Amino acid sequence: MKREGKIQVWKDYQKEIADDHYFYVRSCIRQNFFPGSEQTFLRILRSELGKDIYENPHHTTCSGIGYHSDVVPFDTIQTIVARQFALMTEAGYKNLAVSCITSFGIYGEIIETWKEFPDELEKIRNYLKKATGREFEIPQNVAHASDIVYKFREDIANKQKFPLINQQTGKPLKIVEHIGCHYSKMFPDKGVGGAEFPNVLVGMIESWGGEVVDYPERRHCCGFGFRQYLVMSNRGYSVSNSRKKFESMEPYKPDAILCNCPGCPMFMDRWQYVIEEMEGKTYGESGQGIPVLTYEELAGLVLGYDPWDLGLQMHQTNCEPLLDKMGIQYDASLKYAGKDGKLIGKPMMVGCGDLEM
Amino acid sequence: MKNFGYSIIKQRTIDYDQFDGRLLNEILEMEPSFKVCLSCGGCTATCSAGDLVSFNVRRMNLLLRRGETVELESEIKKCMLCGKCMLVCPRGINLRNVIMLIKKSILKYKPVNE
Repeated sequence: MKREGKIQVWKDYQKEIADDHYFYVRSCIRQNFFPGSEQTFLRILRSELGKDIYENPHHTTCSGIGYHSDVVPFDTIQTIVARQFALMTEAGYKNLAVSCITSFGIYGEIIETWKEFPDELEKIRNYLKKATGREFEIPQNVAHASDIVYKFREDIANKQKFPLINQQTGKPLKIVEHIGCHYSKMFPDKGVGGAEFPNVLVGMIESWGGEVVDYPERRHCCGFGFRQYLVMSNRGYSVSNSRKKFESMEPYKPDAILCNCPGCPMFMDRWQYVIEEMEGKTYGESGQGIPVLTYEELAGLVLGYDPWDLGLQMHQTNCEPLLDKMGIQYDASLKYAGKDGKLIGKPMMVGCGDLEM
Repeated sequence: MKNFGYSIIKQRTIDYDQFDGRLLNEILEMEPSFKVCLSCGGCTATCSAGDLVSFNVRRMNLLLRRGETVELESEIKKCMLCGKCMLVCPRGINLRNVIMLIKKSILKYKPVNE
């Protein structure tokens, strides 16, 4: 589609994103996969943008993985979500900022259910009252954390120290954007730009100086798919999906992959290592993998944060090639050093493309 | 190569930009009646070999038109050349000749690495 056409589509799919005062709900899996990302999001919002964002330690999983794996019934997940809303209501907030794409889809699905079936809402209000004595209000605004970074992308661009420019060539870095399926494929009007041409990550990349890579399998799922991953013997389905994307993007020589979902960066990062081990194939330059970043990590790099503070040492596909291209200085000896300087331990398995780490 | 307890599935995409139509073109040139096949499946329904093994004449046609020569080679080995398919074909295609031509020519176009 021509750019004019995309602009028209994006006009039809512009969502309202709250300006301030967010109740932040973390993702259960992101805190394990890329623990620096959520902390970076809070740091950017509080320190760089001066926003009010609150999180409650009593917040729990939304149980989305269990729900999508058919072990958590719909009534149960609705009641759990109602409890999260109750925490938000008790804290005096009305704008929900969601870290996880799965949770974002779950919240959208449940709020839409309550709109269509008010009896269901009343039933869940009763369940929650009986179980916990809590009451709740439905959030006025539900935004994914990437929506919020998208909204303030120009403010971040104004403070940027390392734009997405290849310092060795002076050309914009070529970045593949990958949107989580549950961000806008379920409810296109809940995502910036809809399902076909989501603009949420494109906007960030272009504002920060990079160039977006369009390739045939751009909208293909990363392969997470819950059931495809949870049972080990099924993981071939998952890795095959990721490989389909890598094969499709490889000819365009991307410098990095940018994701806004918990599962996508995890699998596109780890599967590159697995494919290298199983087939001896790597997709980046000079036998390296293609670095896979979350949008918070990329925003942090653009703002000049220390790569190891962002948690880039948690990636199995090494991010150093991207850091070198952006001209970011880093101390390789501190990669696995904790805050007190002590080693936190090296991974048991070496990273993708890195044979002698 | 490490074994993680699962395997990577090969892509099933047929890329028509990379399509190798040499075998198909040769067969169509030498047996022009094959051009008018409408894939009705009458040949498959009446096939003697298909009664005994998983041989499918229509599938053979599909493999040929997709350029899947490796699968095609093993498929046509199952044909007994009885010719019943020719008796029922509404377009009068000489299918036995098609299979004989494939058998003769397929080795020329089979990918070397497979």
